[in-house]
Amino acid sequence: MGKFILRRLGFMVLTVILASIIIFWATTVLPGDVASQTLGRFATEQAKTELRHQLGLDRPVTVQYASWLGGYVRGDWGTSPSMDTLVRPVVFERLRNSFMLAVVAFALYVPLGIFLGLLAALRKNTWADNLISVGSLAFIGLPEFVSGLILIAIFAIELHWLPSQSSIDPHSTFVEAFPYLILPAITVALTSLAYVVRMTRSSTVDVLQMDYVRTANLKGLPPRRVLFSHVLRNSLLPTITVVAIGIGWLIGGLIVTESVYDYPGIGRLLLFAIQRRDLVLIQATALLIVIIYVVANLVADILYAVLNPRIRYN
Amino acid sequence: MVEPNITDESFDTAIMDETMAKELLPPGGAARPKSWRIYWRRLKKRPAALVGTIIFCIFLFLAVFGPWVAPYDYQAQNAKARLATPSVSHPFGADQFGRDILSRIIVGTRNIFLLGGFGTLIAVIIGTAIGLASGYIGGTGDEVVMRLLDVLLSFPSLLLAMVLLASVGPSNLNIVLVVAVLYIPMVARVVRSMVLDLKNKEFVEAARVRGEKRSYILFREILPNSLPPLLVEASMRFSYSIFLVASLGYLGLGVQPPSPDWGLQINEARNFFTLAPWVLLFPACTIAVLVVSTSLMSDGLRQVMLPGGGRN
Amino acid sequence: MEATIPMQAPPGGAAKAPRPVFEIEGLHIDYTTELGVLHAVRDVSLMVNEHESFGLVGESGSGKSTLAMGSIRYLASNGKVTDGSVRLNGVELLGLPAKELRELWGSRIGVVYQSPLSALNPSIVIGKQLAEVARQHLGMDRSAASTRVIEMLTKVAMPDPEAVMKRYPHQLSGGMLQRCVIAMALMTDPSLLIMDEPTTALDVTTQAVVLDLVADLKREFDSAILYITHDLGVITKICDRVGVMYAGQFMEQAALYELFKRPLHPYTLDLLGCVPHFDPTPQKRSLVTIPGAIPRVDQLPPGCIFAPRCKFVEEACTTARPPLVEVAGAHLSACRRWEVVPPPAEYLRDATEAVRAAQTEAARPGVLVEGDDVQVHFKAPKGVIRAVDGMDLEVRIGETLGVVGESGSGKTTVARAIIGLTPSTGGTITLRGKRLPRSTGRRPRATLKEIQMVFQNPDASLNPTRSVGDAIMRPLSLLGGLDRQRAKERAKELLLAVSLPVSYFERLPHELSGGEKQRVAIARAFAAEPELILCDEPISSLDVSVQGSLMNLLMRLQVEKQTSYVFISHDLSAVQHLSDAIAVVYLGHVMEIGDATRVLTPPFHPYTEALLSAIPLADPDIKQKPIRLGGSVPSAMFVPSGCRFHPRCPRCLGEVCVEQEPPWREGEGDHRIYCHIPLEELARLQAETLVLADQGEGA
Repeated sequence: MGKFILRRLGFMVLTVILASIIIFWATTVLPGDVASQTLGRFATEQAKTELRHQLGLDRPVTVQYASWLGGYVRGDWGTSPSMDTLVRPVVFERLRNSFMLAVVAFALYVPLGIFLGLLAALRKNTWADNLISVGSLAFIGLPEFVSGLILIAIFAIELHWLPSQSSIDPHSTFVEAFPYLILPAITVALTSLAYVVRMTRSSTVDVLQMDYVRTANLKGLPPRRVLFSHVLRNSLLPTITVVAIGIGWLIGGLIVTESVYDYPGIGRLLLFAIQRRDLVLIQATALLIVIIYVVANLVADILYAVLNPRIRYN
Repeated sequence: MVEPNITDESFDTAIMDETMAKELLPPGGAARPKSWRIYWRRLKKRPAALVGTIIFCIFLFLAVFGPWVAPYDYQAQNAKARLATPSVSHPFGADQFGRDILSRIIVGTRNIFLLGGFGTLIAVIIGTAIGLASGYIGGTGDEVVMRLLDVLLSFPSLLLAMVLLASVGPSNLNIVLVVAVLYIPMVARVVRSMVLDLKNKEFVEAARVRGEKRSYILFREILPNSLPPLLVEASMRFSYSIFLVASLGYLGLGVQPPSPDWGLQINEARNFFTLAPWVLLFPACTIAVLVVSTSLMSDGLRQVMLPGGGRN
Repeated sequence: MEATIPMQAPPGGAAKAPRPVFEIEGLHIDYTTELGVLHAVRDVSLMVNEHESFGLVGESGSGKSTLAMGSIRYLASNGKVTDGSVRLNGVELLGLPAKELRELWGSRIGVVYQSPLSALNPSIVIGKQLAEVARQHLGMDRSAASTRVIEMLTKVAMPDPEAVMKRYPHQLSGGMLQRCVIAMALMTDPSLLIMDEPTTALDVTTQAVVLDLVADLKREFDSAILYITHDLGVITKICDRVGVMYAGQFMEQAALYELFKRPLHPYTLDLLGCVPHFDPTPQKRSLVTIPGAIPRVDQLPPGCIFAPRCKFVEEACTTARPPLVEVAGAHLSACRRWEVVPPPAEYLRDATEAVRAAQTEAARPGVLVEGDDVQVHFKAPKGVIRAVDGMDLEVRIGETLGVVGESGSGKTTVARAIIGLTPSTGGTITLRGKRLPRSTGRRPRATLKEIQMVFQNPDASLNPTRSVGDAIMRPLSLLGGLDRQRAKERAKELLLAVSLPVSYFERLPHELSGGEKQRVAIARAFAAEPELILCDEPISSLDVSVQGSLMNLLMRLQVEKQTSYVFISHDLSAVQHLSDAIAVVYLGHVMEIGDATRVLTPPFHPYTEALLSAIPLADPDIKQKPIRLGGSVPSAMFVPSGCRFHPRCPRCLGEVCVEQEPPWREGEGDHRIYCHIPLEELARLQAETLVLADQGEGA
């Protein structure tokens, strides 16, 4: 087991490094000459050279990369030109906000998703199953800005139950922020809900066809016991994987949702950085998001290996 | 005496589908109908998938013939019809420039299909090539290629698209390329896993034992048998690409105005949401309908062509 | 017809009359599927007494599993019992409320089915799964249940029960798992034990151990046993009464001895003739073939459902369906012409033909393919897997070399090495004296043409997207150099040669049955006109009747074209039927090789001896001395030192077997045995012990 974890960990580090290369390349090398873009076409050569030197862009690419990555690892994420502050504190603050949003969403979609998935599997081919299956298929493809806006239209504008946007103070506490978290959390939860429902249903349907479920029934065990002890124990394993990965996936979904609701999270920060072409901020934020995503996948893999006796005892 | 089944209670204890029924029927003897007939018959039994497919075809039609079907020119501004409510002359209303929303939506179909469609097509072609080669040749080359693709998969897709588009700028070509780059890894993975599965099947070994060339085995033995899952994957990718292109449009990182891109329309309509919600809601619902129907269609394809299998 | 053979008395107590435990009367079971309503089981009745074991025999589509499961009302959601009565200890099962039925399932009925690994929950330790039964139905608490579990595991001869209790299913071997499942089924001392092909997935030697166990348990427990299988040999070991099912109904029911010695239904007669009889003489006869195919339950003929394939059919047979009636003492038959059915011995003589004359020693043909010290080693993270570890084989022109072994023996791997799919890592393989390159990629087309292969799994042998005709034409054009027109003609000829209609040319594989697909695979292999065809378990996955006709086909084609075969199988009966020479392999090495007759008569290698005594033979007269092997086949990564068979060998001599590799003992002709015990000594030991009753085998 230990070797397994180490190997995964190593792969994770490798992935993050490669990802950082891609991010760096996309933001620094690809856009072309920053100096010309910033100063305009008619700027003098001298002004451009000086700006490049100031930004450290006259060094070889590999040196720039190493220096950036080194700084990142140490915690020095630079200063954002557009916000004119140190990058790291802002990013972490926004991350905290996104995290709050993610937690609320998580608390919504995980239990509900598992419940609906199980229901659909146990009532396979009945109207309940068809409704849940088609419904989940529908929600998977629904972009958050569509569902978000429709939710706003109904609950905020028509019914006035909840605020229509969530551009709260970035430093708000959880309690203060809570009413503003509800609609965005539901929006984000809808798509993840669909994945959990589908995965739970599909793996439960598989398990129900297994011989050992037949054995459990023929042992005369009461149906409840068959379900919890024999079916769920095996069918929820893949769901755990999906849920763990979903944590990372949430981050992606957050970008659009935070933009729809104007919520000060990390997704909106990234969008802001891209609109302002604030390279330093883009690099820092993007890499952090990737790291979170990769770590979530790693946790999912390890969790699955630990919980599955076939892998653990081999 | 008709016996009520023990399984007619709260928990369905044993589930048997048509694959198990086949055990009761020793196969062969009689000729069976061709694959397409079987697929069509199965599709007809699944109303959701059938509806999805039909709606998708309608959109496809609009994508091809859009500009000729739309009642107005999508760019034609009409000051008198600003923010007009839905009526006979403007069935979906008009936006802040008096442009007919229905027409913009219809023409926007072509936009989305082209961007998403070409992106998916390129991803499928290149992804299949990579998957075939990597899966069949195997060894360290395969390992390396897979690790590289895994890195690309380690990015949340919207994030990667945003970062890439931010650097190269949002032109139609760039969007197509970004969509392609995003989806190549997934297609390659699916194809590769099919290849790994088929590589060890006896009919492929029989081909090796005949001395067939590698290219023959890949293209005449393996590829034809990978087509159903590939088709399913391609249609799923297409539905995700619509999602992606619309999201990018909404964020302002996709196609630029005055394009009738649906996401962009929604973005622009945010300001008038309280005044004229239809300006936003119609494009939003259209996206929803297209994405949902494409999802239903691809799931239907999966159930029809891969009975008993086809995991994600 | 006079019944001269007395009915076999029921075993166990003759003091009291046998008490019927399980009674099925007029049962009808239907399935609703995509193709409509299927009447899977029609008007079926049977009865099993206490201490008695009823064998349910049938091929695919017979409905035997449906009957067993349906009778206790465990059916899929689209299955329904539509008529009849089922009584367990007098209690009517149909109509019983769900809760009581579950109670019965758990406490009065035990079920064991085919794959023990999938029958157990992979995420729960064995002990807990077994204890569940005791706690639920015997009202025991945790420690009492634990004790009971250990008690049961000991009864099924499980080594170290305490340790096993803490293991997960995937950590145990198939044989051990099946014993756990049996222990679990018997835990509540059930009235009825249903066993559905419990040994089919096990090796022959493991199967023998499990069958012994079941026979023992039958004596110890009072349970009535319903034993389902397609293997007629296994039936003779366990069952007192037998019922033969065909396409959803019974064709015949009788006591074991009666059924085998004097069947009264043409189907039973044919079925017995399809199984190769053990006969070490070199005179080869064909097997009985049943023309036609098993009908689908939704396409049954109007009269007797076996009529289209019956050799004794009359006009009247096709108009009305004959019911199952008692025609002699406790012997039921569904044939209206039962009186005409001849005794098996006579029937076999008439219905089969001599295929090949005996080969004398002097006229042995030359060697075609020779393997010298062939090795196939795989590198694994923890060591080296020595799948083939120094095998010496030879195949003569126009002859069949049968390679027999169990799982892990390396028999498939060595075949793959010969053909080049799995390159050998050591030793040499020569074709007509010329060394063969190790992998197919390096062999010239002319060489590839000479060796072809028929694979085990008919469903995967053919490309699903290619028509049958295309599949056969391809080697004709690629290896035979024929142009399209000639290839097409030749392909049609080949279809006829394998007894398939020319109309199959355009069909796709999914439109063919398993047996038909295998015929196409054989035609494809012959298309290249090879000198040698490797047959890797080609018939193992097929029905008994289909196996027989395919073996006949292979033999006929061999005589016509003088092609050599290497026939690989775990089924010694099939191997001895087809082979001129036999190699017995164990854990990557040949243990005994030589002329078929020599190998099958003493002196034997101890492993061969164990195999021979483990095969269940379809003849109730024959009693085989049980030579049983302990343990299971070790992993090919940790091959035992000295003689690799020594840990399990019943005749192990001690240190010399553990430390030194055995020499080859030369017998007559090409016969060789790899053993420390000299041949004379073996002959002496084995002449004594393998004595059999009446007309025995190999005594």
